Amino acid sequence: MPESIPADSVGLVTPETITFDKPLTLVCGRVLNGYQLKVETYGTLNTKKTNAVLICHALSGHHHAAGYHSMSDRKPGWWDNYIGPGKPIDTNELFVVSLNNIGGCHGSTGPTTINPETGKPFGPDFPVVTVKDWVNTQAMLADYFAIEQWAAVIGGSLGGMQALQWSMAYPKRLRYALIIASAPKLSAQNIAFNEVARQAIMKDEDFHGGRYLENSTYPKSGLMLARMVGHITYLSDAAMRSKFGRDLRSGHLNFNYDVDFQVESYLRYQGEVFSEGFDANSYLLMTKALDYFDPAAEFNGDLTAALADTQCKFLLISFTTDWRFSPERSKEIVDALLNAKKEISYLEVDAPEGHDAFLLPINRYKQAFHAYMNRIIREVA
Amino acid sequence: MRTDFAIIEPWITPNSRVLDLGCGDGTLLHHLQTHKNIQGYGLEIDEIYINECLTRGVNVIQQDLDQGLSNFSDNSFDTVVMTQALQAVHYPHLVLDEMMRVGHECIVTFPNFGHWRCRLYLAQRGRMPVSKFMPYTWYDTPNIHFCTFKDFEELCQTKRLRILNRTVVDQSHQGHWLFNVLPNVFGEIAIYRLARS
Repeated sequence: MPESIPADSVGLVTPETITFDKPLTLVCGRVLNGYQLKVETYGTLNTKKTNAVLICHALSGHHHAAGYHSMSDRKPGWWDNYIGPGKPIDTNELFVVSLNNIGGCHGSTGPTTINPETGKPFGPDFPVVTVKDWVNTQAMLADYFAIEQWAAVIGGSLGGMQALQWSMAYPKRLRYALIIASAPKLSAQNIAFNEVARQAIMKDEDFHGGRYLENSTYPKSGLMLARMVGHITYLSDAAMRSKFGRDLRSGHLNFNYDVDFQVESYLRYQGEVFSEGFDANSYLLMTKALDYFDPAAEFNGDLTAALADTQCKFLLISFTTDWRFSPERSKEIVDALLNAKKEISYLEVDAPEGHDAFLLPINRYKQAFHAYMNRIIREVA
Repeated sequence: MRTDFAIIEPWITPNSRVLDLGCGDGTLLHHLQTHKNIQGYGLEIDEIYINECLTRGVNVIQQDLDQGLSNFSDNSFDTVVMTQALQAVHYPHLVLDEMMRVGHECIVTFPNFGHWRCRLYLAQRGRMPVSKFMPYTWYDTPNIHFCTFKDFEELCQTKRLRILNRTVVDQSHQGHWLFNVLPNVFGEIAIYRLARS
């Protein structure tokens, strides 16, 4: 709970829900007859509407990227380290738009929304949406704000994939793309971890084929397991070692199957918290969106060709100990952009925190991010 | 502007593509962007320099020259520049190969270890020269491959490279008539412009 709002915070924020009536044809072929997006904005849109920045969230993310909803909030938004007055994404200068993507479970249309045709939650009937679909809805959101061109589209991890997709799908509608701790597509190993997470959820006896809400329950243990395995991939070996080592929770081994080590306790806690706040069908859907993302596939696997028509400038950032989306994965994008003769800068931040580093306040990362954003601000504000 | 940059500038074609190896704070690329409308990229590993490039609006890629340039395709640049970094790489001859593969022309500048002050220092004291210009001890220095102009030109010959221009200057990048007479003795920094033969 913040006793007082820090000076470099966007402060108390209130999300809004925006309704889109136009039917949306999805990549899977199905049509959504209208949808809602839950959105937060920070800062002020200038009269020329040139200072708008779009924040794209990662796997379990949502619209609440910065500030507090109330004085009783335990923590600020998920990217509060980087969004606020005087921070790299400086809300004194920029108008920041952050949304919950469709298929999510934080207020935008998704599996927990009531299907008007049945009067029951969509549940497993909600279409499998893709990164392309998300970017299309984000373009509608830009139209809603009458933003012709984003100053920047910014995202980490799965959010970075959306920024990359923006550069290809709407080349004229963004000046800069900032792609952090991301990849041009998932590796077999990445997909394998997602499949373990999905199996954990779907094999839970409370899953009920995805219709758990109709049965007034939810696959708690499956979600917990999914998050636990995910969480391991977000941390580096070194980060886990320094955070937990082999520390014992009660100072001695129990010789049973309860929690012995602190790391077990931590993972259970993380799983528990997550399972209470995230919808299982949304999790399944978002992992599929990750698995399916592969913009080079339409170009015979040639990422350079896929990026040929992009017009924005790019900044890519990776972290040395990130093994979920390692620096090599970012370099695939960097090299394709170099080959395509695009404007590109790349930074590999030496950080022990693993994939999670993109969310954390790390000096070098913050300074470079700041330097680059300042250049954008000089151009647009 | 640094004098060596003033010497290099006329060798760069307007609207061309330039790769700067060890680009530092991006001054050269920024200057060439502004005055020659080039598309430039710098490779750098120093984080402070990288941030200065980002601030300046110079494309900068964090990449170690000792890892090669395998991510750049053949002939993808008009000019590849490397100022004052040749002596700091593990395999200068391989970096030179890579530069000539990626660029149509190369510009290389490096300090001359055959300069009379170095010769005198070594001759009189019998020790590796340390000066304001080369302030490092032999055991703790980024400069691991010093050479003289003669050494470098022999390497160019072995590699059958054409020397299009050679300019010899002092530390403040000024010329002197003596440099033309005995460049390998009086010149402190050489600026070579090379092409494949």
